[in-house]
Amino acid sequence: MREIASGLLYSKDHEWVRIDGTECVIGISDHAQNSLGDIVFVELPALDDEIDAGDEFGTIESVKAVSSLVMPMSGKVIEINEALDDEPEMVNDDCYGAGWIIRIETANMEEQAALLSPEQYEAFLAEEEPE
Amino acid sequence: MSELKTTPLNETHRQLGGKMVDFAGWEMPIQYKGVIAEHKNTREAVSLFDVSHMGEIYFEGKDALTNLQKLTCNDVSKMQIGQVQYSALLYENGTFVDDITVYRLAESSYFLCVNASNVEKNFLWIQSHLQGDLLCENRSSQIGQIAIQGQKAINVLQQISKESLEEIKYYWFREMELCGFPTTVARMGYTGEDGFEIYCPQEHTVAIWEALMEKGQSFGIAPAGLGARDTLRLEVCFPLYGQDIDDQHLPLEAGLGRFVALEKGDFIGKDILQKTKKEGIQRKLIRFVLDVRGVPRSHYLIYDAEGQRSIGEVSSGTSSPTLGKGIGMGYVPIEHSKIGNKINIQIRNKMVPASIVKPPFVTI
Repeated sequence: MREIASGLLYSKDHEWVRIDGTECVIGISDHAQNSLGDIVFVELPALDDEIDAGDEFGTIESVKAVSSLVMPMSGKVIEINEALDDEPEMVNDDCYGAGWIIRIETANMEEQAALLSPEQYEAFLAEEEPE
Repeated sequence: MSELKTTPLNETHRQLGGKMVDFAGWEMPIQYKGVIAEHKNTREAVSLFDVSHMGEIYFEGKDALTNLQKLTCNDVSKMQIGQVQYSALLYENGTFVDDITVYRLAESSYFLCVNASNVEKNFLWIQSHLQGDLLCENRSSQIGQIAIQGQKAINVLQQISKESLEEIKYYWFREMELCGFPTTVARMGYTGEDGFEIYCPQEHTVAIWEALMEKGQSFGIAPAGLGARDTLRLEVCFPLYGQDIDDQHLPLEAGLGRFVALEKGDFIGKDILQKTKKEGIQRKLIRFVLDVRGVPRSHYLIYDAEGQRSIGEVSSGTSSPTLGKGIGMGYVPIEHSKIGNKINIQIRNKMVPASIVKPPFVTI
């Protein structure tokens, strides 16, 4: 079973969101990093980009595959994790910590209602991939 | 995945934590711990690969040589008993049916090792061209195959062999007992490293694998999957059938001219290759390194230096674990193929600059 950190919200695209006032930190879940395998490149958005929920904000590439990063909530990019440029493998090693991807200023806090709690995300994973 | 074919090591892979995928109709491990770790372990120590999905087609009898000379593009008459030869089955138009290795077992006895995805196609192709007195048999399902690759491969294999493995030269083989079972051990591989490919009766594959894993512990042995096999072969520019070579390209375009023996007698595809050699090829398989971060992948478009005109398509690409850079191959018109030339790879909506380099990407 993959780790599902508590205190976060999750999207069905396997991103996590840590809400901090009107700001959110966004990363990918342990399930996502494990499915991708060794991550070798993370393509990040530019600062101040305004991106809607459901739109792509970057791409993440492993040796095996390329995957889109999908905005779990609408907002403006206020910080990107530049350390991923040199050490993309941090997403594998610490996806809920040092491997975070972007920080946004949220445009609409009500969108969090559409995200999953850790318990709901666990149920979603079980449904998606019966093991 | 119930309809997928399995190798004798299927259960072993699961116990080792292998992530199983569909590869050409076979359920195979793409990785165990991770592609990069398995890649590096092969470059630095030794890895075991299950390649039992590969096919083996036997040629035995008085006319075996004559038929192989006609069916394959390299010169089989030059082979000694115990020797292996890289070669190809070609269509009349000179493109690939498959790339293969030919093993000479005895005076008039040979077998071909062929790609898993092509076993049935090859066997039908071969059968439709056989002439004279010989037995041609597809024994793929009876034979297991393990590749042990890396600088420590010889040390590990020596633990279970009474033969002096040091005496086996590159692209030669010997028949020997391993764990009391009859095997064929060839010094070669698909990684660029020193190593051996072991053919054995399929029912003894697990026993030999387990003995190698046990004896290899102190040498750092670990299993490696198809993911690492692909990054390893790409770093040393070995072509993969279905990506870098196929029924659309000639061996001369793929840079494999040295395996085409135009001076031998008639063989299928010879006329067009002779003509092409005289007139010159129009396109060529190039190797490129991305100048910036990114990962090129199969079917991405290749553009000219200005990023204006599409000139080809990536046949294989990856992120090189050794170089930490995006590497790839692809066919481009001959006028764009010079080493040092700048090209662009379209990655999603961006032009990513790349440079054409001399193969291989990594020198072992």
